[in-house]
Amino acid sequence: MCKSVTILAIGLGLAAAPLALASPPIFQPGAPGGAARTLTPEQSIEMAQTGHSAADARFMQHMIVHHGQAVAMGELIADRTTNAEIALMGERIARSQASEIEMMRAWLEHRGLSTRMSHDTDMPGSMPEHGSHALASGMNHASHDAPSDTPVMPGMLSPAQMAQLEAARGTDFDSLYLTGMIHHHQGAINMVTALLAGSGNGMDPQLSEFLSAVIADQAAEISRMRGLLADL
Amino acid sequence: MKLTLRSMVSMAALGAAMAACSPAAEQGSETPPSRAGLAPGLFDAGTAIWNLELTASVPPPDGFFDLETVMIPLSLPAEAEGDEVTDDEGTGETADADDVPADMPADGPADVEDADEEDSGPGLLSFANSDLAFTGDRVIMGGFHGFNVYDAANPDDPAHILSVVCPGGQGDVSVHGDLVFFSTEQNRGRLDCGNGGVEGDSSPERFLGVRIFDISDLGAPRQVAAVQTCRGSHTHTLVPHPTDEDIAYIYVQGTSSPRPDSELAGCSGGEPDENPDTALYSIDVIEVPLNSPEQAAVVSRPRIFTDYETGEIAGLWAGGALEDGGQTAASTVACHDITVYPEMGLAGGACGGNGILLDITDPVNPRRISDLADPNMAYWHSATFSNDASKVLFTDEWGGGLGARCRAEDPENWGANLIADIVDGEMELRGYFKIPGEQSDIENCVAHNGSLIPVPGRDIMVQGWYSGGLSIIDFTDSENPFEIAFFDRGPLGPDALRVGGYWAAYWHNGRVWAPEIARGLDVFRLHASGHLTANEVAAAELIRFDEANTQTQLHITWPDEPVVAHAYLDQLARSGALDETGLATVRRAIEGWDAGETDAASLAAAAELLAAATDPQAPADAHRMAELGAMLMRTR
Repeated sequence: MCKSVTILAIGLGLAAAPLALASPPIFQPGAPGGAARTLTPEQSIEMAQTGHSAADARFMQHMIVHHGQAVAMGELIADRTTNAEIALMGERIARSQASEIEMMRAWLEHRGLSTRMSHDTDMPGSMPEHGSHALASGMNHASHDAPSDTPVMPGMLSPAQMAQLEAARGTDFDSLYLTGMIHHHQGAINMVTALLAGSGNGMDPQLSEFLSAVIADQAAEISRMRGLLADL
Repeated sequence: MKLTLRSMVSMAALGAAMAACSPAAEQGSETPPSRAGLAPGLFDAGTAIWNLELTASVPPPDGFFDLETVMIPLSLPAEAEGDEVTDDEGTGETADADDVPADMPADGPADVEDADEEDSGPGLLSFANSDLAFTGDRVIMGGFHGFNVYDAANPDDPAHILSVVCPGGQGDVSVHGDLVFFSTEQNRGRLDCGNGGVEGDSSPERFLGVRIFDISDLGAPRQVAAVQTCRGSHTHTLVPHPTDEDIAYIYVQGTSSPRPDSELAGCSGGEPDENPDTALYSIDVIEVPLNSPEQAAVVSRPRIFTDYETGEIAGLWAGGALEDGGQTAASTVACHDITVYPEMGLAGGACGGNGILLDITDPVNPRRISDLADPNMAYWHSATFSNDASKVLFTDEWGGGLGARCRAEDPENWGANLIADIVDGEMELRGYFKIPGEQSDIENCVAHNGSLIPVPGRDIMVQGWYSGGLSIIDFTDSENPFEIAFFDRGPLGPDALRVGGYWAAYWHNGRVWAPEIARGLDVFRLHASGHLTANEVAAAELIRFDEANTQTQLHITWPDEPVVAHAYLDQLARSGALDETGLATVRRAIEGWDAGETDAASLAAAAELLAAATDPQAPADAHRMAELGAMLMRTR
């Protein structure tokens, strides 16, 4: 067991500190060639203030739905394929996207924003007429009609494609899954690209890192899935 | 244990407590303590330590720490199935019962269009610490908010001496003399290190790339150059010129999407079959005239993923049918990080879907000589060579570093280290290592940055695992790596995943230096144990470098010192490669040398004995015997 050494800082003056040494300086450099200015700690903290744009919020709300479909696709794998590599790949994608959904929900809730996709006209191709899980699974709650050929947003599978995937088995399933997930990942990359093309988006550091991660991770996964597709 | 405490207004309110383990009973034990269930806390978390000693903990300086920001939860629990509320009005609109905060209209937040008015303070990661660089007595810690400089003349009591604010992440740092190189990748990055005012998809004020600071005057650090790149700089690597000391190169690894030409001329995206000039499928190489760094500029964008037979730029794509229609991203389009090993003319690139080996004898035009893909690797993230470059270890940053990936249910080869041997210039998979699955679901954890510990005769590496702590492994046998030491803290707080832990853990000049994302800079001493003798530790502590950037790997040569010889001999004793008589003979020869009574005959006899006992079927021991024998012969 560890013994712990605990020192309590009491109040603002840190009575425990023997000397009130001057704090080391905090500099904010200028543009290249310019001089630096000094900042107070409070000014330094303020330099990290970044807001988010309406498009950022919409992006996260849509991406939750988009990721939800990847998780739903992953749930189909166990009963439909015997290809161990595809099972591995699918499990990893589903786990990753599920934890990213939790992250996106937290990001929205921390900002007092809805985690639900709402109707808007700025997210190309979106059809916000369904709840996220219903959308993700491609279920058609509204009627007994044949599933629609129109995806909720570009880069998602349409309800009809999801139904086709659910009905497929073996190599047919493998092929549909890989093709669908490649398309799905590409859709996510395109959503990021579209967001960054807009004014003032993606300033929040966590969002910025997430956007880069989507591009990097999903490109890597696309590459692996293409290899698997070629080996079928 | 020495504590460095500074006044931190926000923390003082907490009653900041810093806890550390004193090396106790478990030091030197063969059996590691459990890492499961460590108590949460910012500066008073529970700890588990094995074969290490925490000698200093320097909390983040004022202006680089904000309690509320650190404690923002990254994740909320997953939605429970069956939460759905289906709208039966026929609109088809459904919502999750817990989706809409009570104070929010059901049709969405009213403030979404002018969301900035409801600014919730700095966002998560705003003050995250990232990488380290070492020069002289100084340690430089980069971060998402800028960088901090420490005087580490006394390594067990580093003193913070300077902060530079320059927001924009990740703040990957390198140093050469008085020049600090600093990566910026986030959309908010400004040329003048300011905040705000970079609007739209193209702004003359935006900066994404590598900055160069001159810190020769600690009272007036200056930004002397800012080299823009098409995809910013997630990481970068300093590459020395092979012959000209006045020139350095920087390999720039950008992982973001390409910027538009309107913001930076010459930048465009897309696939090479449609756009041969795409900024994807390349790294950027910056040339820095060290005497006039303001003239630094991009000099090449090597296509290191090219299929050299066909000329296909996207050469690492494994093949397969293209999907019909639409733009397609392809295979490996970027490197996350590159570790160069100039002495060997090699570099290891961790490039998304592949690990690659590069010939960098012409640094401006690196050329791929081997590549590896692996179904267990989600995202090839960083590389470390063994000292003799016969092996390369890659990390897999599955989950991007923000996810909890070291839980009992996480597969042991995912988010792990992959170890490959380099055989005739080709990488061949040998094994994996991952720390035990004892981390909780509120601790971000995955394999991350590390460096070799210079124990002669063995391949030993220390690395950070974010909130999984830091871990030291022996990968001498690349098929059977094993852990020999670690330190781990509990999560930052209860009930939710918050982002913390070790970005990296690097060995430098006798200590392990570990930048903690939320908690500051930690320093450790390595202890002898059943896995490591005092001689092996002392031999590692002999190695000194005036300047070190981990991704610019330095070749280690051990001095002819008795303690180094003893370290080799300890290894031969451990493996049983020499019998008792042989061990005693060689030990007497080394002890005579150590006592200043160098006896040429007994040294030569010991060297001969080693040569005779060498078994080429046991390469690690054969190498130790050869090194030890040669040292004894030189010493005669």
